[in-house]
Amino acid sequence: MLNDWLFIGVFLLLAPVFPAAALLIPRLIAPRKPNPLKMQTYECGIETVGNTWVQFHVQYYIFALVFLIFDVETVFLFPWAIAFDQLPLFAVLEGVLFILIVVAGLVYAWRKGALEWK
Amino acid sequence: MDDPVIFIANWLKNLLIGWGLSQGLVTLILTVIGVVVLASVLLLLDVFLVWVERKVVARFQDRFGPNRLGPFGLIQPFADIIKLLIKEDITPIGADKIVYNIAPIIALATVVALWGVLPISATIYGTNLNVGVLYIVAIGAISTLGIIMAGWASNNKYALIGAFRTVAQMVSYEVPMVISLMVPVILARSMGLKDIVDNQIFWYILAAPVAALIFLISNIAELGRAPFDLTEAESEIVAGFHIEYTGMKFGLFYAGELLHALTIGAIFSSLFLGGWRGPGAEAFPIIGIFWFFLKAFFMYWVIMWIKYTFPRIRIDQMLNFNWKFLTPLALVTLMVTAILDKLLPHQNLPIYTLGMLLANLVIVWVTLQILRSGARSERMRVGEPKPVATPPQPAPVTSQSTPGATQ
Repeated sequence: MLNDWLFIGVFLLLAPVFPAAALLIPRLIAPRKPNPLKMQTYECGIETVGNTWVQFHVQYYIFALVFLIFDVETVFLFPWAIAFDQLPLFAVLEGVLFILIVVAGLVYAWRKGALEWK
Repeated sequence: MDDPVIFIANWLKNLLIGWGLSQGLVTLILTVIGVVVLASVLLLLDVFLVWVERKVVARFQDRFGPNRLGPFGLIQPFADIIKLLIKEDITPIGADKIVYNIAPIIALATVVALWGVLPISATIYGTNLNVGVLYIVAIGAISTLGIIMAGWASNNKYALIGAFRTVAQMVSYEVPMVISLMVPVILARSMGLKDIVDNQIFWYILAAPVAALIFLISNIAELGRAPFDLTEAESEIVAGFHIEYTGMKFGLFYAGELLHALTIGAIFSSLFLGGWRGPGAEAFPIIGIFWFFLKAFFMYWVIMWIKYTFPRIRIDQMLNFNWKFLTPLALVTLMVTAILDKLLPHQNLPIYTLGMLLANLVIVWVTLQILRSGARSERMRVGEPKPVATPPQPAPVTSQSTPGATQ
């Protein structure tokens, strides 16, 4: 059990090393001749206008909220899915009822027009 | 005859213990060696994938693809890599330097890290994590973070728009993906991928075809490939999040996308196509590697087939398709699977699988009926004469004067 997490820990520590090494090689062999024109933001080929970090559409925020509801729901449902052998039919139906309550939330968001992209 | 990988591991373990090292240190050394070997093999495979992708695209578009360097153009990806390595690395003025440089590393590293829980054969697997499915979802979400970081740090409006679209898309398609993942978890009673593969006497695509389809679609969206490649729609926002990246940093994004596509094929085949299972794979685990990669590459080919067949969809269509179609369908599939699992006999696997398959076919039929009636009402709505389309009527000339004026 502990070995499983040891493997994951070592993997997560070592996985970034390979791409980082791939970025290190160009540092050694690639030419470096920066000049102000070259370092300009490319964007779409012409000079950029104004500030880049603009305010974004509130619609993204609403979708993030709907996502949060469902993500928390699935975290609760995974233990239910694993323990299926120990559960009687009644407990399974209770799980289904839990899903239906969240479906009611989805229907509400749908009716309110929160799922329309404006 | 034990299989060679386990044989080498045991030999190395005995050798190290023979040198007088402690048990814990030997485990650590073996783990590090295992990780380095697995990651190196994956990155070599990644180089090969560049060639596979270009060759298959060429065939879909009735071309030959790379065929000059080496047999069938096999040396071509190495030439590409050398070119990427000696390119000058440009960081644009105003970019957030640290975030800008970390983003491509995260994009590739997370994809490699996904392979830690995939069972490549009966005996060769990183680890059988008891929350393996959740690990895949979590690490997959971090690869999205790499894209968002790249778009945010580039100091470029189009890249930022691409990053915003990525957020909306990944966040939305995460929901049906996680829900459809729960179906094989219910069938196998475990979240460990090795347990899920061990339990697949019948491939789960037979018992849960709808969940498999939802999982595939939402994973293509997570990957950001056509028809869901709004994040890098070149006709609208130039190249999306990686406009400003040059040289090897761009190469890492590209490699990360290709390896992610293969990884999704591998996860799909582990969950629904029986993973390493195939003729002779249980007696000789080494054959399982062949079956595993055969299925993974087949699913990779399916993903490429989809990519080069469908046009890109709009962002409102993308979100409607997810929230108004895939998510309800995934929830219904989960509920039907959960209830039927209790009603069907668990010991009799053929009957169980057949019952699940029939239930899935009923779901598909009902879904098609609902879609058909929805499409009919949509056609009626579009067919009606629109009020704005009629020419403006001249105001009717009234002969009677208003009551107030006569008096």
